[in-house]
Amino acid sequence: MAVEVRIPTILRTYTDGAKAVDASGATVAEVIDDLEARHGGIKERLVDGGDLRRFINVYINDEDVRFTGGVDTPVKDGDTLVVLPAVAGG
Amino acid sequence: MLKISGGIRDAIVAHARRDHPDEACGIVAGAEDGDEPTRWVPMLNAARSPTFYEFDPSELLTLYRELDDRDEVPVVIYHSHTATDAYPSRTDIGLAMEPDAHYVLVSTRECGNADGPVEFRSFRIVDGVVTEEDVELVGRAAN
Repeated sequence: MAVEVRIPTILRTYTDGAKAVDASGATVAEVIDDLEARHGGIKERLVDGGDLRRFINVYINDEDVRFTGGVDTPVKDGDTLVVLPAVAGG
Repeated sequence: MLKISGGIRDAIVAHARRDHPDEACGIVAGAEDGDEPTRWVPMLNAARSPTFYEFDPSELLTLYRELDDRDEVPVVIYHSHTATDAYPSRTDIGLAMEPDAHYVLVSTRECGNADGPVEFRSFRIVDGVVTEEDVELVGRAAN
């Protein structure tokens, strides 16, 4: 499944500045693995021990994947995967 | 240096007073090719906490879509501290993910919900390093 991945400013160091990149996979986890193959180092910023990091939000189209199965959420051809770090603090 | 209109500054302070003792949060958007905060966007603190803030993840997506559509960026990201000074906490520093933003901190510890002294300070937070910057009020743009 080919998807477009929207990259937040802070992670564009891994994508040569690109705001959006192509990746493929049948699930969010597979897309992230493919991203890692193309843009080494990015995976560690997104996942920790197999799960999404607490302060990283990933959406498939409009859906927060936390409510649809997390990294096991299936993706379809043409989906857009959006990565947004939480805006949070203490 | 953060240049911000007095009107937007007042709106941020009023938001912080209103939400005290919980932390208030939001952004001020501006054109992506400039460094001028022009559009105040108050956000809900999904944590509803006196010691933590977090934009609701679903509202966060809506916000960033809107910024994209308008060719805007979050020039200012603000939140309040309600019991401590207007300086980034360790949590703030650890979670700061917008290296190009001005992080504005407001402290309502003295004024609470009422009129009274507030602190309004601005910082850059890049790779865990905090640098305070001057705040210059410009004009009195209504907002």
